[in-house]
Amino acid sequence: MYKILLCLRYLRTRWIAMASIISVMLGVATMIVVNSVMAGFATEMRERIHGILADVVLETHTLDGDPDAAARMREIQDVAGEYIEAMTATVEVYGMVSFKYRGQVITRPVTLIGIDPQTKAAVSPLVTNLSSFTSGRRLGLKFGPESSNCQVIAVTPDSAAAIAGLENGDVITACNGDSVEYTRDLSSQLKNSIHQPTVSLAVRRGKRSLVLKVKIPRPSWDLTADARAHRRTLIELERRRIEWNRPREILPAGGTPLPPPGFDAGPSSAPPTGTAEQLTPPSSLPDAPDLDALDPPTIADGHTTEDPAASLPACVYLGSGLIEFPMEDKETGEIRIERMVLAGEDVRITTVSAGRPPEPRHFTATVIDVFKSGMSEYDSNLVFCNLEELQQRRGMVDPSTGDRAVTSIQIKLKDFKHADTVIKRLRAAFPAHIYSVRTWQQKQGPLLAAVELETGILNILLFLIITVAGFGILAIFYMIVVEKTRDIGILKALGASSRGVMSIFLGYGIALGIVGSGVGVLLGLVFVWYINEIESGITWLLGRKVFDETIYYFPEIPTAVDPFTVAWIALGAVGIAVLASILPARRAAKLHPVEALRHE
Amino acid sequence: MSTPLDASQQPRSIGATGSENSISMIPEPPAVTAPVEPEAARLECVALEKAFRKGDHVIPVLRGVDIDVAPGEFLSIVGQSGSGKSTLLHVMGLLDVPSVGEVHCDGRRIDNLPESQRDRLRNREFGFIFQSYHLLPELTLLENVVSPLSIRYSTLAWWQHRHQIRDQAAEIVEKVGLGHRLKHRPAELSGGEMQRTAIARALIGQPRVLLADEPTGNLDSNTGQEIMSLLASLNEFEGLTIIMVTHDERIACRAHRTVRLGEGRIEMVGRAA
Repeated sequence: MYKILLCLRYLRTRWIAMASIISVMLGVATMIVVNSVMAGFATEMRERIHGILADVVLETHTLDGDPDAAARMREIQDVAGEYIEAMTATVEVYGMVSFKYRGQVITRPVTLIGIDPQTKAAVSPLVTNLSSFTSGRRLGLKFGPESSNCQVIAVTPDSAAAIAGLENGDVITACNGDSVEYTRDLSSQLKNSIHQPTVSLAVRRGKRSLVLKVKIPRPSWDLTADARAHRRTLIELERRRIEWNRPREILPAGGTPLPPPGFDAGPSSAPPTGTAEQLTPPSSLPDAPDLDALDPPTIADGHTTEDPAASLPACVYLGSGLIEFPMEDKETGEIRIERMVLAGEDVRITTVSAGRPPEPRHFTATVIDVFKSGMSEYDSNLVFCNLEELQQRRGMVDPSTGDRAVTSIQIKLKDFKHADTVIKRLRAAFPAHIYSVRTWQQKQGPLLAAVELETGILNILLFLIITVAGFGILAIFYMIVVEKTRDIGILKALGASSRGVMSIFLGYGIALGIVGSGVGVLLGLVFVWYINEIESGITWLLGRKVFDETIYYFPEIPTAVDPFTVAWIALGAVGIAVLASILPARRAAKLHPVEALRHE
Repeated sequence: MSTPLDASQQPRSIGATGSENSISMIPEPPAVTAPVEPEAARLECVALEKAFRKGDHVIPVLRGVDIDVAPGEFLSIVGQSGSGKSTLLHVMGLLDVPSVGEVHCDGRRIDNLPESQRDRLRNREFGFIFQSYHLLPELTLLENVVSPLSIRYSTLAWWQHRHQIRDQAAEIVEKVGLGHRLKHRPAELSGGEMQRTAIARALIGQPRVLLADEPTGNLDSNTGQEIMSLLASLNEFEGLTIIMVTHDERIACRAHRTVRLGEGRIEMVGRAA
């Protein structure tokens, strides 16, 4: 009984012990915060990677690909069909994308992926990464800038939103039951829910409020109404520019068709004359200085159609990192995202043909959409192209049989836990020197391993901090034992056993550990819970952004609290406190009663 | 530790429960030293020697002391500083072990018992009073008084006996005249009050021998006399065996018998008036 009494009494009266409680507490809190943030980052990253890669990917080693995709897919279905939910064939090849921005031609190295949007969407959530979907444009909705409220400023006729009954001036208050305030909230909500067939929007129209179900369109190579309008404007501007230049040229008799406006002044295309640059644009065009900035859509490559605003046969989704950069507004000092290419414009794609030797292939493609996954590695590297066109351009279609070659087949499983079985069967069925079969995790192994290693090293370092706290406890306990020597003598004179005296100090250590790690766990969890508020507080204090979302792509700091990790940290801290108190407790137990009584 | 409190009210022998087996292995027949009073104990020291080692030197403190304390006797040990009187008390109270010689209680040798039984005897058979009171500063007066019982009982047993302990403590605190200061810390008490608390603490375990080491050493003469009266009455009315160490002759004369120690030997045995 005296052990408990004295433990509690010492805990209450020895203020120096607070120092060790605080050190344990801070160590535990730091570990929880760091682990949660790291786990949050890792989880978010894995989700993003998984969002682009399929569960299992079968790839050919060569860029020529497998000559008969349909046959391979049948074989896969035979081998492991019971586990497979969906499959899509893709062509992955290296290439370059070039576009014009403010009079200069910008070329970027890219990975060109030929996809079929419908089957690709069945394998991985493609639409959640396409900005026309997350901004609501693809649904037919147009909003103000990011920080404005969710008032619809335009509804495209015959679009999904129009069919659902949305009207101009409606204010969207909730998306799938989660309330939204600003358009950026709506974007992130749409990103979360847009892979479902429908999304329900709560709408305030004047004084009424109603809930409308909007059918989400399937991903395709169609331009949105906005992009189409933008494209039409560009073509119109280009036409006017050429007309403006015409008096300077020796004109053929009027009524001639438009010369095809080339992507660049290449020798093959018939370019507008270079004198255009020296001219002052007519005052009737307020946007005239942007003429050079915009890349005029091309009606080239022998493509003729009724609608001049229709897209080219080659269509692409461009990674946002390829065409975006943050730019500081000189006047306001605000940093905004500058887009060099907008949907509806044309870009030049360069890649290599299949076969030996690989030969360069150029073609012009219309940007249908901008792709933004949040993984900068993908966003600044990937260009999705329509599969048939890419196969055609690369010469991957067998002229005699019409078989189309692919370089990889992406597979979505019904349940990812069967991945090992599927991999084993596929590896057995497909020879390793031609095909590689990997899960998305194995494909991104080094990146995921790096994150795990980082977490591990951080944990070791932080645990060392708690160990340092442990040595603090040891020193403080030693001091307390010395200070309490006489009391220990008294207790022994009154009949307390050595073991009893020892358990007082061990119990004291456990109590310190429990209190310290308990408060630490609470502190850590509260910190994790309010981390974004804390971040904005620090940002406000320092006057500069601590967590720059344009660098990390996360709108807020992601966190994931793993109860097991928290329990392990708390237990570890208590364990260290107990270990640190063993030595002083043993010393206390070994004290000779008479000598202890004489101690002053 | 788990012995119920009732055991202390029965006629007792050393190690009333649980330790019977180890005690009975000692050869002396228990009949030889049958106590006159059931509550008191006979304490004997046989040729006690105790030496302390300081580096290479061996400093002898006790050089062969034989003392026989009858049950219910009030014995005072006097002597100059360094004469070994405190050491003798410690050895008799099992706080220390003799280098040579034996200590007997009711005819059984107790100085060579294992640690756990020595702890048990200190808790149950002996009550200690020290010159500088030796109260625990973190505990209140009441908690200090009941500390021997809190050592004796496990938490569960303590819970079961809490009413009994409370009554017992109230009675003893009343007896030493401190009923009004139960919640005070030792730092808030006067020297006399602290020593009374220490006496109450020594008595609560219902010991058979009270060992007092200079109980009036830090007190003024009036308070010292009060404490001595308290001890004398305890001896007289409760039949408690008291062994008191002091260097003050006037205090020593309150005892039945005085033993004078010098240079680690008994110089003189005298009987008080």
